[in-house]
Amino acid sequence: MKCAYACHSPEHRIARRGFLAGVAASAAGAAVGGLGVFTSPLAAAQLARSGKRIVVFNMHGGLSQLESWDPKPGTETGGPFRSIETSVPGIRISELLPETAKQMHHLCLVRGVNTSEDDHGKGAYMMLTGRRQSPAADYPYLGAVCAKAMAPADAPLPGHIIITPGGGGGRGNDAAYLGPRFASIALGNGKPPHDTTRPSQIDESADQARNRFGQHVNDRFLSRRRTSIAEAYVYSFDQAAKLMREREAFDVTRESARDQERYGNYDLARHCLLARRLLERGVTFIQISHSNYDTHNENFNFHIEQLGEFDHAFSTFVADLAGRGMLDSTLIVVLSEFGRTPNINLYYGRDHWSRAWSVVLAGAKIHRGVAYGKTNAKGTEVLDGQVDHANLFHTYLQAVGVDSTESFEIEGRDMPIADPASRMIKAVMA
Amino acid sequence: MNSLAPTIPKGFDPKQAHVVAQWKADHPLVSCRFDPAGRYVFCGVEGSTVERFNLADGKRVSFPGGHESWVFALAFSKDGSTMISGGGDGRLVAWEANADRPKPLRTTEAHSGWIRALGTSPDGKLLASGANDRLVKIWDLATGKQVHALAGHKGHVYSLEFHPDGKTLLSGDLQGELAIWDLASGKRAGTLDARPLHTYEGGQQVDFGGVRSIAIPPDGRFIAAGGLYKASNPLGAVHEPLVLLYDGKTQKKVRDLLTDNITGGVIWRIRFLADGTLLGGCGGSNGGLLLFWKTDANKDQHRLALPNILRDLDLHPDGLRVASAHHDRHVRITRLAAKTA
Repeated sequence: MKCAYACHSPEHRIARRGFLAGVAASAAGAAVGGLGVFTSPLAAAQLARSGKRIVVFNMHGGLSQLESWDPKPGTETGGPFRSIETSVPGIRISELLPETAKQMHHLCLVRGVNTSEDDHGKGAYMMLTGRRQSPAADYPYLGAVCAKAMAPADAPLPGHIIITPGGGGGRGNDAAYLGPRFASIALGNGKPPHDTTRPSQIDESADQARNRFGQHVNDRFLSRRRTSIAEAYVYSFDQAAKLMREREAFDVTRESARDQERYGNYDLARHCLLARRLLERGVTFIQISHSNYDTHNENFNFHIEQLGEFDHAFSTFVADLAGRGMLDSTLIVVLSEFGRTPNINLYYGRDHWSRAWSVVLAGAKIHRGVAYGKTNAKGTEVLDGQVDHANLFHTYLQAVGVDSTESFEIEGRDMPIADPASRMIKAVMA
Repeated sequence: MNSLAPTIPKGFDPKQAHVVAQWKADHPLVSCRFDPAGRYVFCGVEGSTVERFNLADGKRVSFPGGHESWVFALAFSKDGSTMISGGGDGRLVAWEANADRPKPLRTTEAHSGWIRALGTSPDGKLLASGANDRLVKIWDLATGKQVHALAGHKGHVYSLEFHPDGKTLLSGDLQGELAIWDLASGKRAGTLDARPLHTYEGGQQVDFGGVRSIAIPPDGRFIAAGGLYKASNPLGAVHEPLVLLYDGKTQKKVRDLLTDNITGGVIWRIRFLADGTLLGGCGGSNGGLLLFWKTDANKDQHRLALPNILRDLDLHPDGLRVASAHHDRHVRITRLAAKTA
């Protein structure tokens, strides 16, 4: 694919409707990607100053809203758990989240989510791209959008990191038209990115020599044929070199013994501490996946197990960010691909339910200590404050200062950052 | 047969087992127990009450106001006058079992987490409770005072059973550890390995299974632990029922009690019948089943399909009737004998 900016014309990077403003933006920031891609120079400047970040907790499989953020105790759909008071009078959550309840004054519960999509893959796509999946178009995931819109181009660490519960590392295929340099880097079970240590059979001088040679060849190639793929190729080498220098950023054992003990000796706890470490080193977007909430069978047993892990690690993380003054600049999102059915099935399970469920926000410009939206007594329908994936996607970005009504310029075309037919949830913005 | 062996009731024939009665509650059922006098069957439901059904006429009486969660476990004083319910609220509630308008007599905040199992000692003096806080607690049944708190389980306590000798108590947990406790000292007296009943599924990152039920015949010849195995998809209810049978004296495993063609099932409760047959109550995607094993064979020798998925069972003091709790809100009474005219 030939990239339009192979003609070296900087204005091609700017969305047409923001042409004049964009000239200033790209003049101010000559980098490809990063803040220079914005149509609004004001937004870029604001972001550069603020160093905003997003952390997403992806509750893989579909967290039950009834066992977490929107309990209905004493009803036929409520299940066996009680609700408990939180640090905000009048807001109650499930007894499975006792430590999180103490952090409620930092949180915003969005209880009226209706995404009308009960398929895992499609639901996850919607929640992380803000768009419904379509064969006609592919959209970048939130992390890629953040990496492009918010991450400084010269950042030593990647702007889009996913910490997975297990498995390997590698890069994701989640940046769509933004290009592979904004795709996620996965830290399989919190381990550093793959291939970030120098092979033992190559000494440092040999390594430097081959890197110099590689750079020379790359520069020569790019001077003649600049393409997005070639650029991403070069970028990936540059990034790999940076990662090798910054490898200890991924080593959570370098955090204090006290902090490691406070978080706990289990995977999600380590992943949360790692996320804090990476945020402090300037990573723009981190997604932590916690598995598995797809509880068609024995929903209650599995939610005791999973939320027991989540409650301690998440609440410690929220309290830490607040205590370190990072919550003003960091948006925390707790989402799933959907919620779970109010109906309890034959196997004590709950199935997929997207018509009335909950997402949690915290930090940045989000109102704190509030519950927005309401479901009916059995939790089957939204009564008030109904929102969907597109509203939420706008809200995530607006909360960290990205004007989600803006567009990216891609190959001379305006590509709206978020669904232009939707808008943010104003009521949750402080 | 030794002197401890029960008398085989007249007409007893599990192969002729058939449902003789069913009564409906307002919610799906989660637990059921006969009272020692054999007049009633009590049921925990997907609600906060206990429901009592009179075996003579099916008349139902609710026991409200004791719990804020489902009642997973039930036990009785030896004379049957007091019923104890154990709930997901960690609460033990004592009730007058025969009351027309039952009210809680005594409430004890017993555990932090679900109470999953209760039992009464053979002499009727002690009550044992097992819970999600990984503790087994022994209580003076008459006064409600705690006698022992038995710590050491690494997972939620799913089941318990007093040994018929009255000296020890067995408790089983999610991780497949079957602990033997000395009742006099409150110390661990031994451990049986029931880990085949536990699955850690790496892909789904979940612990699953556990010792769902323990049974010991009156002569103490065997110890049986029931649950599930082959949990290839715990979140999707794909697993098979399994009972581990141990020698009661040597505590060595004798054999696995298995089934054919049940790919969705878990043993919720096991009981030894008067002739030594082991009865298992099985629920899952294969429906509700009563499974009958001889202890000298690996596969069930007989099974009875019930009309709906099963979640618990109990054996009547007459040794002839079985109660089963079902998702379709019914408690069913099955008679282990031929139909009468």
